[in-house]
Amino acid sequence: MRKITYIQAVNEAFREEMRRDPKVFIMGEEVKVGVLGQTEGLFEEFGEEKVRNTPISEQGFVGAGIGAAGSGMRPIVDFMFGNFMYVAMDQLANQAAKLRYMSGGQVNFPMVFYTTTGDMGSTAAQHSDHPVAPFVNMPLLKIVLPSTPYDAKGLLKSAIRDDNPIIFFEEVTLGGIKGDVPEEEYLISIGKGDIKRSGKDVTVVAVGCMAPQALSAAEKLQKEGISVEVADPRTIVPLDKEIILNSVKKTGRLVICEDAPRLCSFASEVSATISEDGFSYLKAPIKRVTREHVPLPFSSPMTEFVLPNESKIIDAIKEALRYENKTR
Amino acid sequence: MSLMNEELVLMYRKMLTIRAFEEEASELFWKGEILGLLHVSIGEEAVPVGACTNLLPEDHITSTHRGHGDIIGKGADPKYMFAELYGKKTGYCKGRGGSMHIADYSLGIIGANGIVGAGIPISTGSALAQKMLGTRNVTVCFFGDGASNQGTFHESLNLAAIWKLPVIFVCKNNQYGMWTSASYAVSVRDVSERAKGYGIPGVTVDGNDVTAVYEAVHEAVERARNGDGPSLIECKTYRWHGHMEGEEAYGWVYRSPEEAEEWKKRCPILRLEKELLSRGILTEAQVKEIREEAKNEIEEAVKFAEESPLPEPEDAVADLFAGGEE
Repeated sequence: MRKITYIQAVNEAFREEMRRDPKVFIMGEEVKVGVLGQTEGLFEEFGEEKVRNTPISEQGFVGAGIGAAGSGMRPIVDFMFGNFMYVAMDQLANQAAKLRYMSGGQVNFPMVFYTTTGDMGSTAAQHSDHPVAPFVNMPLLKIVLPSTPYDAKGLLKSAIRDDNPIIFFEEVTLGGIKGDVPEEEYLISIGKGDIKRSGKDVTVVAVGCMAPQALSAAEKLQKEGISVEVADPRTIVPLDKEIILNSVKKTGRLVICEDAPRLCSFASEVSATISEDGFSYLKAPIKRVTREHVPLPFSSPMTEFVLPNESKIIDAIKEALRYENKTR
Repeated sequence: MSLMNEELVLMYRKMLTIRAFEEEASELFWKGEILGLLHVSIGEEAVPVGACTNLLPEDHITSTHRGHGDIIGKGADPKYMFAELYGKKTGYCKGRGGSMHIADYSLGIIGANGIVGAGIPISTGSALAQKMLGTRNVTVCFFGDGASNQGTFHESLNLAAIWKLPVIFVCKNNQYGMWTSASYAVSVRDVSERAKGYGIPGVTVDGNDVTAVYEAVHEAVERARNGDGPSLIECKTYRWHGHMEGEEAYGWVYRSPEEAEEWKKRCPILRLEKELLSRGILTEAQVKEIREEAKNEIEEAVKFAEESPLPEPEDAVADLFAGGEE
């Protein structure tokens, strides 16, 4: 099969959906260029009406996207960096997330909030967040965080066709990685997870940039005779709880990896959910591998200390395996 | 451009509906019949009526926490509005929104809003959609003097100006943002001066003169329909009641009774009524009849709301997503 990068996959999804539906358009800061190449060539093909550069004015253009979605268009609003979503928080939290519900379901807001997330390397704390958890806590916003080119394309196409507001997080550190993406069209259902690797000793739930690191950790542990199953939910909301429960039922041990601060993280939520619904399957306490609970520092030694990584995943897996419940 | 006699009578009738709605809502609040926060627009009726008389059914409006008047101005039925205020299943939003969040997309009312200034970018986006879809529809964005200090106001005027969007920003300057005077909180004497910063036309009119509002908005709507972009219209008016019903409990005196009395003498409804009588468009008997009609309409609406069923508790978790999935 042909191999393309994550960013190329995203670019194809934009292009195909804009060709398919004239109501789809993209707006945001510097989308004519696309800082990471995600919108490359779109301006040339679709023109400036459909590939609409905005002023640096997040509240204004996010609200405008919401108004356009409620009035017959299907906007993709590009934030450039996940941290910039905070600038438009009222429009996201009080408007996009609530307007359909508050109107008694009178109108739909078919739109995608698209953003690059994560640390592309020494970007410090205002350009490196994965602001997933804040939005998980806002009911009715769907959230997608794919980890492969294949998933990115299939999920983005589905997100653009969905009639609800969806946040699509693109992983900055995965932008250049290549993967199998078929030439022919396909979609991936929002809310459907994927077992990236089968195993029997421990389940690792890993999202976004953590998924390839978990796979690499699993590869190394295989040599030590440890069999790791890696589950990637791909969609954060709605969560594919079943895929995780079924895996934990098999392995009895769970490590959750997320590149985000620890408290009230998505990892915390998965942990709580499996504690409630899968307690009887567990042979060991659930482990979370996350960032330290601080803003991401600039200087490399500190950055490396704060970020989750493969060796921290390996440590957590080993710890989960070492645990023996002597009270049972 | 001058208004026909019949149009003046319709405007008079609509202003009376708004007044009767707001007076009734206030009374019901004090009786404890309706819950939550209630912001009424008594004294400001000329603004939505003057503005919306220029609009077609397919044009859009956005409104504010003090939005009942705007919504009636655009054609909403007081029956479903009261049902919403009562939290009934028959309300515009099925009891999910309440007083500050009434919408009727079928009438182009794309939402009141509980966050000051939040409707301004949404109206801009609605106008963007109209432009991209190639319609000649326009969006009227109602907001207050307080909202003109929000970032959303400034960002949206800029965006609408650079994209030449068919949106008319109608500021109801009722002199107060909550309990703080606009003369303290707004850096310019007239909110309309702020249009200069965005290179769009800005005018200030007497917001208690329904004809003046109509004419200013008329010109702006024409500009917008012709693709000449947005305008800002400031309508100076006055909020007869407090920011919210029940605020007297705070005991905070932020304006003088004399000031309020002075503005009440400039009642927008009596002003039009006088004109209709003096020009012989209506007789005293007709005026009485129309006032009676408006009162009856509101009584009927309240009756409908009272008799309507409450939502089922589980309705809170139904119909969460478009497409039906949960």
